[in-house]
Amino acid sequence: MKRLTLFSLMATLAMLFAACAPAATPTAAPTAAPATQAPTAVPTSAPTATAEPQTLTVFAAASLTGAFGDIGKAFEAANPNVTVKFNFAGSQSLRTQIEQGAAVDVFASADHKNMDPLTSENLVASGADQDFATNLLTVILPPSNPANLQTLQDLAKPGLKLVLADASVPVGNYSRQVLSNLSKDPTYGTDFSTKVLANVVSNETDVKQVVAKVDQGEGDAGIVYVTDALAAPDLKFISIPADYNVIARYPIAALEKAPNPDLAKAFVAYVLSADGQAVLKKWGFSPVTP
Amino acid sequence: MHRRFHRSQIKSSPGWVFVLPSLVLVVLIGLPLFALVWRSIGKDFFTYALSENAFSALKLSLLTSSISVGLGLLTGTPLAYLLARWKFPGHTLIDMLVDVPVVLPPAVAGIALLMAFGRMGILGRWLNMIGITIPFTTVAVVIAQSFVATPFLVRSAKIGFAAIDPQLQEAAWIEGANEWQVFRYVMIPIAGRALLTGVIMSWTRSLGEFGATILFAGNLEGTTQTMPLAIYVGFEQDMKIALTLSVMLLAVSLVFMALLRRLEEPSN
Repeated sequence: MKRLTLFSLMATLAMLFAACAPAATPTAAPTAAPATQAPTAVPTSAPTATAEPQTLTVFAAASLTGAFGDIGKAFEAANPNVTVKFNFAGSQSLRTQIEQGAAVDVFASADHKNMDPLTSENLVASGADQDFATNLLTVILPPSNPANLQTLQDLAKPGLKLVLADASVPVGNYSRQVLSNLSKDPTYGTDFSTKVLANVVSNETDVKQVVAKVDQGEGDAGIVYVTDALAAPDLKFISIPADYNVIARYPIAALEKAPNPDLAKAFVAYVLSADGQAVLKKWGFSPVTP
Repeated sequence: MHRRFHRSQIKSSPGWVFVLPSLVLVVLIGLPLFALVWRSIGKDFFTYALSENAFSALKLSLLTSSISVGLGLLTGTPLAYLLARWKFPGHTLIDMLVDVPVVLPPAVAGIALLMAFGRMGILGRWLNMIGITIPFTTVAVVIAQSFVATPFLVRSAKIGFAAIDPQLQEAAWIEGANEWQVFRYVMIPIAGRALLTGVIMSWTRSLGEFGATILFAGNLEGTTQTMPLAIYVGFEQDMKIALTLSVMLLAVSLVFMALLRRLEEPSN
């Protein structure tokens, strides 16, 4: 009885202490403070060494799901003691998680808007991020094409159910840029973008959600990356002419507080290598042209 | 005499074995809520709280949750009454069926709703033929909330009805009351407390509904973007937006809880 009391007293104190300590500081310093990080100084016995098993954590844009899945497997095959764990989501969501202190080795974003702030917050060393792939946008339609859309002009048809990603999601931002590019062409008309945006029925939180809503036939059309359209072959699509399209540049970086810094750099190097680039090409990505 | 008093006093003061573990839980629940409020305080609070986005999300949340609780009362109370007072074939099956949404992950609920009421869904495709589409509409939000929240009301009401002494019912019958009168003047007043508890639980559950809504109804400001969805999208843009909206939703839920607890009091 007495022992139990003592034990629970200690447990409570320990928890209270652990709970209070971090709560007290951050209020004062709202700077980038990913406070707790697993022991960063764990000696990573170089990726090539036989050594103990290691887990590499990679946060990657949802549009990289297929390509990075393959790259991860190839990287694991080349480094038998390594397991690669992925978190695929909208880049803006991943960035928030990194800013809130998630223990991440590598971040691959679908735009610079979600990579560059990490540099100014010292989460990524300045100049450490490198572009590794580019992508283009396309309009997708459900296999049955319920709204009978044939051309880009048809996107302005009143009553159409158009699904986009939210403007905070890279692809949602790019989609809106494409629409504004189209509006500059007299054949579409200056109000084209306004008319199309009036047809938006949902602003999804990542590109794969847009694909899912269109694939399910709930939306009449969606705007996604070319790579997503290729990954869902039963979908129909209307291509966007190069003159109006937006080139999405994907940057990748090993994080400053990566739990496995050497391994993180090795993974980035692998993505940029000929092998990594070949996988990306297979999934429809284009190489970076300087 | 003196001795006995002393002893009972020891007994009535709870031991540390109870206090300390309780304290752990109180801190676990209390600290995050305190942190939420604490971190939201700042000069930007009202900028975000009075923004159009916050206002339309709050309005939509209040509207949809009120409708789903209203629908829940209209359909859930009779069902709870049937389940509590009557025996009929399939009783156990329906009883279990109504409990399923309580244990179902909300994402599963969202997919299930799409399969039923989506444009390609088993009922939705027929509705679509006569020009009715449910996904991406406010109706879809209400359906999602009703699906996940009404079972809480049914559960609570059922317990309330089942606890009523059958002799009361018999007495009413002897006095010449019909089934509706028994329900209206005997059952409802006595089970009122349990019903109100059900209302609180289903209302707050509706207000907090996220997973089924985002999958089934989508996310569009003013139409389907309820508070939890606005918080999720806000979290990815600016933590301050998410914090402010969270505190607003917390405040609304607390007001509901306090209001309904007050209503509850006279009956006990």
